[in-house]
Amino acid sequence: MTTTPTEADEPSGAGTTDVPAPAGPTGSGRAARVLTYVLGRLTTAVVSLFAVIVAGFFLFRILPGDPVRAMTEGREVSAEQREELRRQFGLDQPLWQQFLDYAAGLLRLDLGTSFQYREPVVDLILERLGPTLLLAGTGTVIAALLGLFLGARAGWKPGGRGDRVNTAVALFFWSVPTFWLGLLLIVLLSSGRGFMPGLFPTGGMVDPRASGTLETVLSTAQHMVLPVVTMVAVIYAQYLMIMRSSLMDEKGADYLTTARAKGLRDTLVRRRHAVPNALLPTVTLIFLNLGQVVSGVILVETVFSWPGLGQLFYSGLRVPDLGLVQGLFVVFAASVILMNLLADLVYPLLDPRVRP
Amino acid sequence: MSTSEHRNPRPRAHRTEPAPDGPPPVPEVSARALARRRRREALARFAREYARNRAGLVGLASLLTIGLLALTAPLFVDQAHLTITGAPGESYQPPSWEYPLGTDNFGRSVLDLVVWGARVSLTVGLLATFVSVTLGTLIGVTAGHFGSSGGVGGRIVSAVLMRITDWFLVLPTLVLAVALAAVLPRGIGTIIIAIGLTVWPPTARLVRAQTLAVEARPYVERARALGGGHAHVMGWHVLPNVMPVVLAQTTLLVATSIIAESTLAFLGMGDPTTISWGGILEAARTAGAISAGIWWYMIPPGLAIAVVALSFTLCGRAVESVINPRLRGQS
Amino acid sequence: MSSLLDVSDLHVTYSGSAGDVPAVRGVNLSLDPGDTLGVAGESGSGKSTVALALLRLLPASAKVTGRIMLEGEDVLRMKWGRLRAVRWVGASVVFQGAMHSLNPVKRIGDQIAEPLLVHALVKPDRADARAAELLEQVGLPASRLRDYPHQLSGGQRQRVMIAMALACEPRLIIADEATTALDVMIQAQILTLLERLVDETGIGMLMISHDLSVLAATCDRVAVMYAGRIVEQGPAKEVVHEPAHPYASALSAAFPKIGDPASRLAPRGLPGDPPDPSDPPSGCVFRPRCAVAETVCATVDPPLWPVRPDRYGNSDRHAACVHVGPGEGSGDGSDRSVPHQSSSTEETSR
Repeated sequence: MTTTPTEADEPSGAGTTDVPAPAGPTGSGRAARVLTYVLGRLTTAVVSLFAVIVAGFFLFRILPGDPVRAMTEGREVSAEQREELRRQFGLDQPLWQQFLDYAAGLLRLDLGTSFQYREPVVDLILERLGPTLLLAGTGTVIAALLGLFLGARAGWKPGGRGDRVNTAVALFFWSVPTFWLGLLLIVLLSSGRGFMPGLFPTGGMVDPRASGTLETVLSTAQHMVLPVVTMVAVIYAQYLMIMRSSLMDEKGADYLTTARAKGLRDTLVRRRHAVPNALLPTVTLIFLNLGQVVSGVILVETVFSWPGLGQLFYSGLRVPDLGLVQGLFVVFAASVILMNLLADLVYPLLDPRVRP
Repeated sequence: MSTSEHRNPRPRAHRTEPAPDGPPPVPEVSARALARRRRREALARFAREYARNRAGLVGLASLLTIGLLALTAPLFVDQAHLTITGAPGESYQPPSWEYPLGTDNFGRSVLDLVVWGARVSLTVGLLATFVSVTLGTLIGVTAGHFGSSGGVGGRIVSAVLMRITDWFLVLPTLVLAVALAAVLPRGIGTIIIAIGLTVWPPTARLVRAQTLAVEARPYVERARALGGGHAHVMGWHVLPNVMPVVLAQTTLLVATSIIAESTLAFLGMGDPTTISWGGILEAARTAGAISAGIWWYMIPPGLAIAVVALSFTLCGRAVESVINPRLRGQS
Repeated sequence: MSSLLDVSDLHVTYSGSAGDVPAVRGVNLSLDPGDTLGVAGESGSGKSTVALALLRLLPASAKVTGRIMLEGEDVLRMKWGRLRAVRWVGASVVFQGAMHSLNPVKRIGDQIAEPLLVHALVKPDRADARAAELLEQVGLPASRLRDYPHQLSGGQRQRVMIAMALACEPRLIIADEATTALDVMIQAQILTLLERLVDETGIGMLMISHDLSVLAATCDRVAVMYAGRIVEQGPAKEVVHEPAHPYASALSAAFPKIGDPASRLAPRGLPGDPPDPSDPPSGCVFRPRCAVAETVCATVDPPLWPVRPDRYGNSDRHAACVHVGPGEGSGDGSDRSVPHQSSSTEETSR
């Protein structure tokens, strides 16, 4: 516990001030600290991005030995066509030249060309970005709200009935493979077999017969139900478990006794005092686990033929279209790193203690 | 309260406290017998504590049953019936007395397929876990040991290792595993490597935290003062004390690995010549059984994955609660 | 009798996996408005448990019996709604280590205003102004309202805690180790502040501390606790300067008096540890550590006896030691024994 000399003033007269102890937030000093913090985070993110670029190159150019052979395996391709492909991918160049070309391309937002679609990968990605953001965004937000809400309730009374039920359900969903849950929902709710009518479409994003804005929106919403439910079911479980354990860690905190002593009812103690503190580690972990949202998106889009990046990735894998897969690998990894950067920059707004 | 504490679950002292250094005052044979007895007692205590966790017992029982079924599968499943040409039944027969879970599009018994699939799924899950746990433990112990007592060079090594771990931790696991599986030759080995190389980071973090805690104990200090080298400290003192944490983590990781295996197989990255649960589901989807509503073809394999993954998770949580009393009585 | 706080026969037992552990075993306390009562004791003596029990703030695993009369109402028998209404309005608490007792992610202004709003004592638009007043009352500028706890020093945080405790103008303030984590200079400031507030407002204060010298300087009366019981109580000066119970004298000697050579030379501190509350020794619980223990101490668990009673057998000081009791431990003294219960009642009516 540090105290400044000014603390020692005779305090008896009300209004005597002991002036700022640990560095009051004043003008330029604060700006410099904010800048240092932001620059530090940016550097980390840039280094990570560079590592992703190197990994992408290593994975798809070096590891397969001959990428063109890997892509054309089991296909009727003449030797000339192979040579043509090699030239097209720049594989006739020395490795360092290939890497420089690839890195320079990335700087120009050139992710290469798709072997399968004969189109720049960037164009393909931009085309499908919207649907993916719609699906992943909706799913993540619902899963986070649900997981945090249920986790806070479960962790407040650990061992209680609500906790046991919540934990059991969460563990079950956590153990179920995402894609199987999707398939199950299709069989149950959209195949229209047995006693259940086909309530929802089996795949796609919008009925091609839909015309007009309203109809399109409604049709999209109907197509979204099952994919979103699948995503939420698989992701919310881990949010619940994280929130539960961090609330359990907060439960013994002294400031909760203060809050109780003030006469707050139990729900207010939890909502106003315990939850805001338990959220801090939870938010960090949620962003750290964003990679799993990407995994979820790939599987859900594949199962429900949702025309987004995940399905594009899957179609690239089936060929295999290494150029496309490489481009998507870089995009997926980079987006997770950027989201983590965002989390680092936003975190101080939530926790005043780490505010620079 | 700090976030770092959450990422590195607080390591605890464990009940097995070996003190292998220092000359034993009694003849060697009896010392060894003593050590053996102490280990037996520790094991018995562990079993007693574990037995108190009902969910853990259920998980263990279901794993033993499934494991036995997978091992003895050749005794009651005719392998010839698992080939497309040797299929005994008609296409898409619903469940009946002869085929309790119906048949697939080639007329093979789905029950036979699921039982046989357990062999590949469990093997891949266990081996992939072994790879990732070994990798994670090595990296974690090294980073922890040299981080706390390695001089400047060691600290740099440790920092670099942790940076790499964090990088892998953030990366989308599935994308990386799929990419690896896509560029390496098809086969079970590739799947094992693809999973093993991508799911190790949490283990490394956990082991590092535990290593740091162990290295701070007085007897490690003493071993170092007596001239114990890095290898001695890591092998004799750190590793045995890290093992309980690793055990719990391993059990939980098998669940992850089995789900990952099925996912890779479903995405078509698996070996088409072997039968695994994920592979059956992929076949069901490509055959159009899903939109046709052939529920008996797709429900059993997925349920099998879920049951095995859940069982491993329950066992892992039980082990965790025995090791870390702070968690006890909470599930 | 218009006592502000009257605790009688308070027992607190923690039940855990290792069986029941008694933490407080039959404590009687009473406090009049405008008075200051100190409770001293080492950690584990049960003094903080007493403080938390007064507003039923103990965890559910703690079983509390006895009577806690706060302004004539028994806290232990209140309904939840009534209890919540009494909390902070009837009695508030200045917790130990304000570091953790303030919510780290909330502005201190909001935390000070919170009880006012919860108990609907001010309109929401007036809350800030009232919080500013309170802050100024404890010597902090109103500009601090928008600060977070970590931006304040330890002493400042304790002032915030006090401002918060004053918010609802309670009749009783419980100061639980309010100055423990502070350095000596700040400690003196906080004590002066508390004394001034008691003088100005006429509220009663229950002050809990392990530091007998702090209590001697602030309190009118002092009770010394050991192993869940009060072993001596009486006017603060007398208990500190000429303690009757051997534990009280050890505690008093543990804090040297500056400039007194005798205290420098006298053996200080106490051998051994406090007893294991789940397995207390027979007879007097202090016996294993007592320098003047006799054989009789192993069998007799002495109640509170009046120290140097007047000819009616009354005294405003009591101690639980056979050396204090009638006959100086020679006889059984049962014929003249003053039952523990009545002695404390008399003591309140001094």
